[in-house]
Amino acid sequence: MDYFLELFFSGLTRGSIYALIALGYTMVYGIIQLINFAHGEIYMIGAFVALIVSGVCTIYGLSGFAILILAAAIAAVYAAAYGFTLERVAYRPLRGSPRLSALISAIGMSIFLQNYVLLAQTPDFLPFPRLIPDLAFIEPVAHIIGTPELVILITTLITMVVLTFLIKKTRVGKAMRATQQDLSMARLVGINVDNVISLTFIIGSVMAAIGGVLVASYIGQVSFYIGFLAGIKAFTAAVLGGIGSIPGAVLGGLIIGWSESFAAGYISSDYEDVITFVLLVVILIFRPAGILGKVHKQKV
Amino acid sequence: MKIILRDFKKSLLISLWFMFLTFPLVVVRVNTIENVVVWRWSNLIWVAAGSFFLSYLWRYMLARRNRRRKIAEEGVETRGRLQMLLENEQLRNRVLAILLALALVFPLVFDTYQTNIMVTALIFVVLGLGLNIGVGLAGLLDLGYVAFFGLGAYCYAILNHNFDLGFWFVLPIGGMIGCLFGVILGFPILRLRGDYLAIVTLGFGMLFRVIMENWETLSSGPSGIANIDRPGLFGLEMTLAQSTTYIYYIMVALVVLTIIVTNRLKNSRIGRAWIALREDEVACVAMGIDMGRTKLSAYALGAFWAGMVGVIFAAKTTFINPASFTFMESAIILSIVVLGGMGSILGVILGAFILILLPEYLRAFAEYRMLIFGAAMVLMMIFRPQGLISGLRQVYTYKGHKTHVGVKEQPINE
Repeated sequence: MDYFLELFFSGLTRGSIYALIALGYTMVYGIIQLINFAHGEIYMIGAFVALIVSGVCTIYGLSGFAILILAAAIAAVYAAAYGFTLERVAYRPLRGSPRLSALISAIGMSIFLQNYVLLAQTPDFLPFPRLIPDLAFIEPVAHIIGTPELVILITTLITMVVLTFLIKKTRVGKAMRATQQDLSMARLVGINVDNVISLTFIIGSVMAAIGGVLVASYIGQVSFYIGFLAGIKAFTAAVLGGIGSIPGAVLGGLIIGWSESFAAGYISSDYEDVITFVLLVVILIFRPAGILGKVHKQKV
Repeated sequence: MKIILRDFKKSLLISLWFMFLTFPLVVVRVNTIENVVVWRWSNLIWVAAGSFFLSYLWRYMLARRNRRRKIAEEGVETRGRLQMLLENEQLRNRVLAILLALALVFPLVFDTYQTNIMVTALIFVVLGLGLNIGVGLAGLLDLGYVAFFGLGAYCYAILNHNFDLGFWFVLPIGGMIGCLFGVILGFPILRLRGDYLAIVTLGFGMLFRVIMENWETLSSGPSGIANIDRPGLFGLEMTLAQSTTYIYYIMVALVVLTIIVTNRLKNSRIGRAWIALREDEVACVAMGIDMGRTKLSAYALGAFWAGMVGVIFAAKTTFINPASFTFMESAIILSIVVLGGMGSILGVILGAFILILLPEYLRAFAEYRMLIFGAAMVLMMIFRPQGLISGLRQVYTYKGHKTHVGVKEQPINE
């Protein structure tokens, strides 16, 4: 039973991070119908910036949990800046072009950012300093759920509550929902669609960066390549839950997290990446709109 | 004066923005193992100067693009000079004949090392042309194309080691296996929208590598399979140099075959269906084209070429391991097609030569290869979506009151 619970919580932790990244995919897709292939790279850049900030702080003699907060904040700012620039440079000039063009541009950007970090930093894995202290009260159940897991779960929960509030209750959120429903109509009623799209990229990137920092401090290492696999998995999560749907992305993330963790625990860890892919193909065959997605009939 | 000042201010702001953006990654380098920080301030100057001038260029190019689009909308011809030349069929055939002659004497003039590089370039030409069927003609973005290439290579390696089968026997089998997997994989997903296809194929490419790394009994894992037989010629003993030349000629023959087949296909009934499907799916289905079948044929045919070339690749290197078939290879093949011109045979050939030979001869540039490819893909899509040489498309025009229907070729310019 303990083993089951351990796998359950490790799946929940992974899943909540996939969900954080998947939200960025789903929100962007909902508004401009584009798979932002470079989203995984934004996540990686977030993790890298956090590593650099915490590394510099540690070397200059600071330490502790406060560094993690600082690193996460700076990482979020930078991820937002990269997300914003990415949209301005690679996607905005292609609005109105065929979808294939935008998709290829997205892939190009993903390759570019990966190699930019590779060349500017290092091709190797860098160890990420352990910044999350062990909490005393969790000691009795530490073999099932550790402090890092707890911190990740609480952080993702807060992030998602804030996001839901932002989308459901604020003026900006209303503009985003309107743009998602009908872009040209939203423009007609006076919503600045360009700003809404930029904002969507910024919000998605901030969440990816939070995910990146959490993963980096959880797993303990960072490399230029981590965005690729995380990107595919998070995208699968978004498709699984129904692309364009925000609760769907969370649900999809959790399902992927659990299936991976149980597959690794009970079958073999060699093939844990395969599970995601098999899930993706199965869901695309039987329910292409995803679990919570709406089926759109194309009309001419 | 005002405009100059405004532009200057804009570029200054952009350069400041990029200095901010690249600061942590380009200037700071931490080594968390040895606890040292390196501050590389000189890089910041390069970023500032580079982004300042590039922003000028960017604005100019965007303005030029928009101007051209406006002209194109008014129906004025916007073909470049090169395009006009290529449309002259007589000239084109002559150029092709000269190129073929050059290709045939190449190994006689240059040494084995050069021939070997050329074989690699030709392998990528065929891979590009194969992917071009899917991406360029039918508009199916395949990001796991290298998996079919790998399938062919592993097919030959395994059959050769376990059953001692020869190159010429496995060559068609490799193609068939690629084709078969293309059908199996394509069947469930091709009904879906294009973006899903991209991600599923990406996953497939990844999956292929994971399986090959873990299925030790079949593929001997990450260490790969060595000592694969080179292609034989009626049991003749060949030295390494002779064998390289032999493979080179096989590749040239395959390239010619691929060009002929894709060229014939492009103007056939199914080829027109592919192009139509790329342009407008709904209209196509309404016209009675079987979408699933047409897409599947394009996808499987692309996979067929990749499988065949995979066999040749395995025979050429005599050693394969999963590391040869990563996403990077898929990305290179895709950039060949995008850079050269989607749907254009000549463009893809040119693209393959540029992308494979340039890093080979400019070693200093090899390190930045993928960075430049990525940037080139974005820039091509924004400024020249039709590629270096745009695809020619058969257009039938009615010429006034003459009784015959003239045939004229026009570039695809969306």
